[in-house]
Amino acid sequence: MNIKILAFGIAKDIFGGSTTNIQLDENATTKQLKTHLEAAYPRLKQLASYMVAVNNEYADDAGAITERDEIAIIPPVSGG
Amino acid sequence: MNTQIEIHTEPLNIQSCIDWIMSPHSGGIDVFIGTVRDMTKGKTVVRLEFEAYNQMAIKEMEKISQQAFDNWPVQKVLIHHRTGVLAVGEIPVIIAVSAAHRAAAFEACRYIIDTLKETVPIWKKEVFEDGEVWVAAHP
Repeated sequence: MNIKILAFGIAKDIFGGSTTNIQLDENATTKQLKTHLEAAYPRLKQLASYMVAVNNEYADDAGAITERDEIAIIPPVSGG
Repeated sequence: MNTQIEIHTEPLNIQSCIDWIMSPHSGGIDVFIGTVRDMTKGKTVVRLEFEAYNQMAIKEMEKISQQAFDNWPVQKVLIHHRTGVLAVGEIPVIIAVSAAHRAAAFEACRYIIDTLKETVPIWKKEVFEDGEVWVAAHP
């Protein structure tokens, strides 16, 4: 399945744009998404940390992803 | 409504925040105003650029507000955050809390700003005279 991923902050610089697309197997997990992304964009691994949000909620690694979900990469936040 | 959570692209209005948070039931209000500082680690800051994942940021700020209501006897909570380009002295965030007694207002206000900085998907880029950096991105 084709997954569109939203990027914010430094993730936009790493992806070279505000979205990127990757191909994942059906029923892939957040962990698999991170593994694919880190292979495509090694600079992700240099971040202090980053989270994946699925439908506006922080996701844990075991959670499943579908094409209909809104997926975003959340680099370390720095609001306030 | 006892909660007002907003993200603005235009300058925040301190007076309208205070007007909203005031109530005859309150014995005190606590207001935190975040402002853009001119230096970071000895380097001169030219401007800050804030970006938010708006929908999720609102949701996370609603969670923090709810936690404040769960943990302290507060009456109203307001969180306004700014996005876009801010110059030194401008205001990225205003948090206001009202309560019958001051201790709850102080403690909840501090909890809200501290937690916002940890969990709400908003990012700032510091722009210096000789470069720029996304704050907290790297170890």
